[in-house]
Amino acid sequence: MWIAQRVSAGVLALCVPVHLATIVYAVRGGLSAAEIYARIHGNHAWLAFYGVFVLAVAVHAPIGLRTIAIEWLGWRGRSRDVAAVLFAAALVWMGLRAALTVFL
Amino acid sequence: MSVKLEVKVWRGGAEGKYQSFEVPRHPSQTVLDVVIHIQRSLDPTLAYRYACRVGMCGSCAMTVNGAPRWTCRTHVDRVCQKNELVVAPLRNLPVIRDLVTDMHEFFDKWARAKAQFQGERTRSDDFAQVAPASPMRQAADAAIECIGCGVCYAACDVVSWNRDYLGPAALNRAWTLVSDARDVAKLERLRAVAGDAGCHACHTHMSCTERCPKHLSPTASIAGLKREVARAVVKGEL
Repeated sequence: MWIAQRVSAGVLALCVPVHLATIVYAVRGGLSAAEIYARIHGNHAWLAFYGVFVLAVAVHAPIGLRTIAIEWLGWRGRSRDVAAVLFAAALVWMGLRAALTVFL
Repeated sequence: MSVKLEVKVWRGGAEGKYQSFEVPRHPSQTVLDVVIHIQRSLDPTLAYRYACRVGMCGSCAMTVNGAPRWTCRTHVDRVCQKNELVVAPLRNLPVIRDLVTDMHEFFDKWARAKAQFQGERTRSDDFAQVAPASPMRQAADAAIECIGCGVCYAACDVVSWNRDYLGPAALNRAWTLVSDARDVAKLERLRAVAGDAGCHACHTHMSCTERCPKHLSPTASIAGLKREVARAVVKGEL
């Protein structure tokens, strides 16, 4: 898990700057939701990028929250691990659903 | 007129309160000198622990003005600006009485980290040859001088958040053995120190390194264990 979190952190270290830089670049002079949708709809390269981004987040965040659950809440055992897996599944579902809706 | 130190000393167990004493201040006086003076001249019922007085045995560690320190080598001048001294037992360990903590948990965790040497040679074999300049030997040398005082364990926030965490001293000892070319229990040890209670729980706050009276860096040792565990996982050994 430690290795998975470090590797996903490496992926996020690349994805987050690209994500933020794209936002800053794209919204210069204002941008509406309809314009965003029109520009990027059907773009498979961005779909692949955000697919990787979502999966990296889904690996990284639950592992960190699991540690916080031990240290701050004293939450141990199977129930905590199940909660972390459910949280990961929720991130994958919400993230990929959004990416597929926008880019496909 | 001699200067007096205002000393507050923890009395009792987990529940208790500070008791105030006035102790004459002297040049080159150590915190342990102060505690000894209180017990010998002011209140013989004060419980505390020490043995060597010269920074070798690791038994006199206490919390001094809020920070864990070895008291025999801590000069009052270094920690005391206003003639006020607060002495308490070490944090993160059960208090037996006054300044004495129960070190069972601390040393049990050394055993859980498999922090005992395991060789394969017998007395009929020749001595192992370990080159002093070899990287493994140097890694072990950098961490070997631990006296088991418990200062790092008391300084560590992760220990206070996660009671299962093995702590800096046990992991530091495990690292010296992982770096020992003669030891044959490396994988077993790496398995014992990996995971939620082991090296991966360390947040690299470096409080242990900041406080270690021997100026060791358990943080570096723990980072070494993380690297070795990762290497073993990649090789498929763990």
